[in-house]
Amino acid sequence: MINLTNIEKVYRTSSIETLALNNINLNIRKGEFVSIMGPSGCGKSTLLNIMGLLDEPSKGTVELDGQRVSTYRDKELARLRNEKIGFIFQSFHLINDLSVVDNVEIPLLYRSTNGKPRQTYAKEALEKVGLSNRIKHFPKQLSGGQKQRVAIARAIVGQPEIILADEPTGNLDSAMGNEIMNILQTLNNEGATIIMVTHDENMAKRTHRLIRLFDGTQVQ
Amino acid sequence: MLTNYIKIAWKVLLRHPFYTFITLFGISLTLTVLMVLTSFLDHLFGSHYPETKRDRSLYIMQMRTQDSTRTGSSSGPMSFKFLTEYAKSLKTAERVTICTFVNSSNAYVGSQKIKLNTKYTDADFWEVAEFEFLEGKPYNEQNIANSDQVVVITDDFKKHYFGKTEASVIGKDVEIENLHYRVIGVVKGSPVTRPFTYADVYYPYTTPKSNYQRTGMRGGYVAILLAKKKSDLKAVQDEFQNNIRRIPLPGVEDGYKFAYVEVKSEPYVENFTGTLLNGNKGIKTIFFGVIAFILFMLMGLPAINLVNVNVSRIMERASEIGIRKAFGAPVRTLMWQFIIENIFITFIGGGIALILTLVIIQLINSSGMIAYADLTINVNVFLVSLLVCLVFGLLSGVLPALRMSKLKIAEALKS
Repeated sequence: MINLTNIEKVYRTSSIETLALNNINLNIRKGEFVSIMGPSGCGKSTLLNIMGLLDEPSKGTVELDGQRVSTYRDKELARLRNEKIGFIFQSFHLINDLSVVDNVEIPLLYRSTNGKPRQTYAKEALEKVGLSNRIKHFPKQLSGGQKQRVAIARAIVGQPEIILADEPTGNLDSAMGNEIMNILQTLNNEGATIIMVTHDENMAKRTHRLIRLFDGTQVQ
Repeated sequence: MLTNYIKIAWKVLLRHPFYTFITLFGISLTLTVLMVLTSFLDHLFGSHYPETKRDRSLYIMQMRTQDSTRTGSSSGPMSFKFLTEYAKSLKTAERVTICTFVNSSNAYVGSQKIKLNTKYTDADFWEVAEFEFLEGKPYNEQNIANSDQVVVITDDFKKHYFGKTEASVIGKDVEIENLHYRVIGVVKGSPVTRPFTYADVYYPYTTPKSNYQRTGMRGGYVAILLAKKKSDLKAVQDEFQNNIRRIPLPGVEDGYKFAYVEVKSEPYVENFTGTLLNGNKGIKTIFFGVIAFILFMLMGLPAINLVNVNVSRIMERASEIGIRKAFGAPVRTLMWQFIIENIFITFIGGGIALILTLVIIQLINSSGMIAYADLTINVNVFLVSLLVCLVFGLLSGVLPALRMSKLKIAEALKS
């Protein structure tokens, strides 16, 4: 499903060059639940960003469903992200000015889905994460766990094949973290391919495969 | 999608009330100035009472004679005789009126002096201009042929001369410059900004002191040529120019030997600017250049300021941009989002400006600064204002949107 070959990522400033990822080769199969672990600054999020087409590698190729995306232009990359990938972030990244349901609708806005069905899909997604009673609320009125569930609803509303989660439980207590993990496992059981960055060994144990990074290099 | 954009724009406005106040204050002040200016220009040049047929009228304001070397010239209004011969005879025009510009006179009510402006006109004047008669009727060809000492006065003059009376003053006597006239009609006055029709008292040209019998080409008269329809204006102009070409050259006028004569019949705006700038193309270019520069400064500077505010506001929303891009928003769609948001904000400013403009226009109209001022926000003014809002919104929205489009998603999400 996702195939990374000889991925290298270098961050350059005028005086410093930092190698964030070095020679990463990775193949994620359809339906897998993969976790990525490693110390802070080892390149986990960078790797996730490259897989999610949020960032470009300095070298190497990224293939999504057999298509090399390096030559894709902004519009095509946007379409791929919109249709195939859903993102869950550690700090939720909800738009505070929009209500819960409006936040969840965002991916559908860029598919030209009409207003009524868009709202129906958003409500269904919220129901799936147990937040159907909070649709008119605003992010600031929600707890951390609730915010992350909204973020999950937003990630799944467009029924993407891949869900990329960057430390989805990082800002939550263990009980809430477990709840979020249960939702992710349910989604995986329903067929979604999930790649999750985590610091938590216990969470990682619940996934099919663990990838370890150290200083930008894959060690496991 | 649009609702979503507007929701966000509204929330962003509410997020920082002071910022919003400054932004809207800037926009609405600029647009108010532009709207009042547009309204004033429309008041000056548009087809308004009583010159409601301006769109199919040509104005003859002055003649210009030059010597054979074209180094010396003389210009000014024309004689009644000249205009009768060269303008009144036009076959392509529906009607031609000959009248003077305003002349100053005095009238006395007891010991109180009333300063007034008078105008000598022919009977066609009342057909070319569409005055509203509050009392009586205009003088006609018969009154003129009989040299009747009759006048049409304005409601304002009636108030000053006869006092605040509801009673009709038709048939009553007015004394102006020691001459007695019988009031034949009372009209709602024309604003001072419409010099071809403005006056307090209108006399038939055959009344005393009109100098209508003056021989020669120069005098104190001007003319308005009314075409049957707008598309006839060119034909009327051509016929008039053909008539002018018939003037025998060289000639002598009051001892001045001239070899060239120029008399133009032009639509009101051209006539106005042409006369103002004496037909000199260089000065005209500078004049319009200065106007364009002022307009640019009026719109450009606040737009640049708004660009600045918008750029910092957009950067504040980097995270939102990152989120939208991550979930599939192409750069172009996001650019449109920010441009639409900006236009929305500009239109709010436009709405405020519209209210402010209405208040200012009302103040100008009722202040008496311009007698009979009738500044309005009509469809033209409104459409120009709408266009200005749109241009302003685009001007100040495109650059921030371009700046935003360069944001990398991963970096935007970190902010």
